[in-house]
Amino acid sequence: MLETFNFRVILEYMPLFLSCFLATLWLSAAGLLGSLGVGILACGMRISRSKLLSRTAYVYIESIRSTPLLVQLFFFYFGLPSLGLRMSEATTGILALTLNSGAYMAEIIRAGVQSISHGQVEAAVSSGLNYFQRMRYVILPQAIGVTLPPMLGQAIVLVKDSALLSLISLPELTRAGQIMTSERFMPAEGFLTSAVFYLLIYYFLKWVTTWSQRRLIYLQT
Amino acid sequence: MWGIYLEQLVHSLPFFLKGLWMTIAVSGLSLIMGTVIGFIWGIIRGSRSRIAKAVIGAWVDIIRGTPFLVQIFIIFFIMPEFGIQLEAFPAAVIALTNLASCFICEIVSAGIQAVPWGQKEAATSTGLNWFQQLRYVIMPQSMRVVLPPLVGQYVLLIKDSSVVSAIGVSDVTRVGWLTVQRIPQGLLVFGLVALLYFVICYPLIQLSSILEKRMSAGYTRGKE
Repeated sequence: MLETFNFRVILEYMPLFLSCFLATLWLSAAGLLGSLGVGILACGMRISRSKLLSRTAYVYIESIRSTPLLVQLFFFYFGLPSLGLRMSEATTGILALTLNSGAYMAEIIRAGVQSISHGQVEAAVSSGLNYFQRMRYVILPQAIGVTLPPMLGQAIVLVKDSALLSLISLPELTRAGQIMTSERFMPAEGFLTSAVFYLLIYYFLKWVTTWSQRRLIYLQT
Repeated sequence: MWGIYLEQLVHSLPFFLKGLWMTIAVSGLSLIMGTVIGFIWGIIRGSRSRIAKAVIGAWVDIIRGTPFLVQIFIIFFIMPEFGIQLEAFPAAVIALTNLASCFICEIVSAGIQAVPWGQKEAATSTGLNWFQQLRYVIMPQSMRVVLPPLVGQYVLLIKDSSVVSAIGVSDVTRVGWLTVQRIPQGLLVFGLVALLYFVICYPLIQLSSILEKRMSAGYTRGKE
């Protein structure tokens, strides 16, 4: 039973957990920023009129969405060195997270852009706005209201996905639990502590989601 | 160089197919059980019992807020402390079933809420009991909202099943990981693993988007 649950060891390992907590935050933030960039780019390619660009983006998005992140991670981790590309674990991890989330971001942004009624675009065209101006002043400001909630949802998924980076031995929250398991054989203490830290991030992001939704509704009225 | 590796890879293809079978077994079992449990929870959550709602809601939050990898480690390592020795396979199925039921519960309760309240009142005044209301009025209508994301969720869960390789279930990801130790061509080996997942997931994603179009067809036309 769990009556041997040892809080003192958790306290002893707290510095490790805190530094790993920061690592998880940092890795997910890097992945989020990167995936926003990749997502905007891929979405722009996907909805462009050029068939080549559109097809390329389609292949990228669908192949990412149809394969697990873990396989993509191993693909880069074991695959890139055989091409002569040697990268640190952190770079590989962020690369995998970015490319994985980027595909989902692209779809989220596309749904947002397509939710703008066609009349808006036509009005913008007849006002003489070019492609960039249409995006900047007409489509994106409206699309943000539609895309923000699923984007925050994707941020939550990203934080959880970053746990997989422990499997390529990056020091982050799940890895801290693994270290505690292997050094002291205390899996309950280790992984439950990791879970609590993840829940902290989750509830914070959930709170941001409800808060922003209230804000957005307020702004629209 | 590549030719030799390719030949070795072709020779170990039976292992990959075995792994694929394991992936299908784990995710198939969990999806079936998870769907049943998820529907039950979703229906309870869509009902008006406050306590049941709060308990299920809190549990769903905990499961949605922690990584699947951590959940599976907790189940695999902590169950023995309660005197339940689990092999890797049942631990994987329990963890994935739990995950599936939580996500499906969310989808189902959203679907039930999408059915207008008047429908329920009408059903009550027609004299249908609780089960009949659910069976003949609420569920058939909520299916329109439930089905497309449900199939999408199945895809996510099949992909999540790759994580069970971390506790040693010899699914197709694990086979890839073992093979890459012998054949040091990560691109080739995990390209093959990715292809095997793609073959399962891509048709399901297409099915989900077809369902979405078909289910919303009559309704968007009505609006315009």
